[in-house]
Amino acid sequence: MAGPVERDRAALSRPANPLPRWLVPALAALPVLGLALFYLWPLSTLLARVVQPDSITDALRTPGLGRVLWFTLWQAVASTVLTMLAGAAPAYLLARYRFRGRRALLAIVTVPFMLPTVVVGAAFLALLPNSWHGTARAVIVAHVFFNIAVVVRLVGAMWAVLPHDLSAAARTLGASPLQVLRFVVVPLLRPALWAAATVVFLFTFTSFGAARLLGGPAHPTLEVEIARRATQLGDVDGAAVLSVLQLLTLAVVVWWSARWQRRSTVHFVGNSAPRRAVSARERRVVAGIAGVTTTAMLAPLAVLVSRSFRLGDGWSLHAWRTLGAAEVRPGLSLGIDPLASLFASFRFAAVAAVLSALAGGLSALAIASARRHGKLLDVGLMLPLGTSAVTIGLGMLITFDVAPFDWRARWWLIPLGHTLVATPFVVRALLPVLRSIPPGQRDAAATLGASPARAWLAIDVGHIARPLAAGAGLAAAISLGEFGATTFLTRAGRETMPIAIARLLGRAGELPRAQGFALATILLLATAFIIGVAERQGALDARSS
Amino acid sequence: MLAVRDLVVRFGDRTVLDRVSLEVATGEVVALLGPSGVGKSTLLRVIAGLLTPDAGAVLLDDHDITTLPSHRRNIGLVFQDEQLFPHLSVGQNIGFGLRMQGLDRTHIAQRVAELLHLVGLDTFADVPVTKLSGGEAKRVALVRSVAPRPAVLLLDEPLSGLDRELHDRLAGDLARLLRASATTTLLVTHDHDEAAGIADRIITL
Repeated sequence: MAGPVERDRAALSRPANPLPRWLVPALAALPVLGLALFYLWPLSTLLARVVQPDSITDALRTPGLGRVLWFTLWQAVASTVLTMLAGAAPAYLLARYRFRGRRALLAIVTVPFMLPTVVVGAAFLALLPNSWHGTARAVIVAHVFFNIAVVVRLVGAMWAVLPHDLSAAARTLGASPLQVLRFVVVPLLRPALWAAATVVFLFTFTSFGAARLLGGPAHPTLEVEIARRATQLGDVDGAAVLSVLQLLTLAVVVWWSARWQRRSTVHFVGNSAPRRAVSARERRVVAGIAGVTTTAMLAPLAVLVSRSFRLGDGWSLHAWRTLGAAEVRPGLSLGIDPLASLFASFRFAAVAAVLSALAGGLSALAIASARRHGKLLDVGLMLPLGTSAVTIGLGMLITFDVAPFDWRARWWLIPLGHTLVATPFVVRALLPVLRSIPPGQRDAAATLGASPARAWLAIDVGHIARPLAAGAGLAAAISLGEFGATTFLTRAGRETMPIAIARLLGRAGELPRAQGFALATILLLATAFIIGVAERQGALDARSS
Repeated sequence: MLAVRDLVVRFGDRTVLDRVSLEVATGEVVALLGPSGVGKSTLLRVIAGLLTPDAGAVLLDDHDITTLPSHRRNIGLVFQDEQLFPHLSVGQNIGFGLRMQGLDRTHIAQRVAELLHLVGLDTFADVPVTKLSGGEAKRVALVRSVAPRPAVLLLDEPLSGLDRELHDRLAGDLARLLRASATTTLLVTHDHDEAAGIADRIITL
């Protein structure tokens, strides 16, 4: 039934100054072409390999596969449960209380999530005693550290809008603090708890960097096993089967979790603002949680830095001084040049930042300007986000090996892989900005004599300059730390920092280990610096949402 | 008997309650009247145990309950904005207090049905609280607090935000319900007619 009001609204949503029809296709052309060439094609090559029945049975019959699957699953479940438990206290604290240093604590909890997995792995190698190296618990502890941010952000966001009086009402009805938690708080937080658990499960199920460094050969996750088969055993078919198996598992988990989460969103009424701790007991609880959280989040990083200065029983700058030398001793080479990896990484990061900003900027503008197929474009361009980095790398490795597409040895394939991984984050950082532009602004420009295309250029494009710079920074940080895809695309002499760190830490001897910690320290500082700058531009929230 | 002795509450430098004392006899309905911002709601929160006073005491039947946690006081509080649990149905909201006491399902269902009948919402047990109208939500909030048979019932502007006709009808219902259950009641309002219609005695703060 279209009443007069309905018709008015329809008239309002049909702009008097439509954008040219060619604008959206023109914007989307380059990103879509890039996606088709460097993502969809490799992925279909991967699928085509798997369709042959021989490779499926061969891959699934290999001894040890059951063990890999079982370990991947149980460590992911254990990591998820422990992360939820460990994240509950800081999430509660940050959502419910106002205290000095609250913003700093939020940053301390959030930053590890954005650190390269290799840095986190190196930090826990430095922190944990040798008896823990190569164990499942080392992998799980690192996963908890890494993913606490997910719980704090997702669960905390919902906890922060629960009215204080809802718990108060339960208490006046005779509920003890534990009963309030069990019968009121947890049921109300359930959608956020599910969302956080799903994200953590997905991250830990597909863990690569931390698992590879800490789990050792005895505890490979599916992701590590895929890389091992493809790059060490040369069993590309087997790796392809496993990566498709993983893709299917992830799809099932996401579908299943989305079903559970489908609930009507509740609109809460009442004050939920964080408040100051009043009683002495409350103040002790706040200080306690804040202290333990800060220590737990900073200790691994602090130990990582300090271990780069230790050789034998004493302090030494030797690891840092010899970082530029490929030789440990005259005539004895390591085969990697740590300092060269630094320059390679920064070069790739710069290229990836430019490419991601270009692809992400064009994509975001196209999605925001599209009136009909915007959703399709959005979902399509986000696809690489749902694919593990190892799968992306493997797909590229097996696709670009036939002339005239034999690009495996080309240096630019590495930053291109990084661009695939980073672009979705740039898009996510830009879209909210574009969508918040009041529609009246373009109309105002039109009344001032600007053509629709001109107005769009001035308003929409003008608005994303700053967030685009932040997005490029984010892409650079992601590129610096990217490990999964790079593992497949790296070539001797062009190792990136994460690759060099993993190799150094995998060697026997004190010096390479200390050099690995030194290089990880550089990567840690570079990433933290870029994230810090990007956060000032407001791009940080986009990545965690 | 509920008694409040020399209660002091400060928020920072602001003294919200300055040596307030009052008594409510068992079974009595007392209305607390006063303009907004005078600390009426704060007083109710102290009595309910949701806020610790800076000085003074709260006594229930001559026992000092000033430091007793809320859930062990057996004092019900109806919030101005109801604060019904959005994840529970009407029946589950009303039965919440009985469930906390560990009562079995059949007893809870029985009492819930009884209370729903009392406020004319007989068929509402399975309705989600998010679907209730303003007046229905107020009635559910009221019987939810009455359900565990509290020693004292506190009402914080229980009829605010309703149109005149509904307000008057609910005021009548409320007066009847409080008389029938002989519940010791302290009611906060800024409406003199409402206070006069429901309460045995009016105190101006």
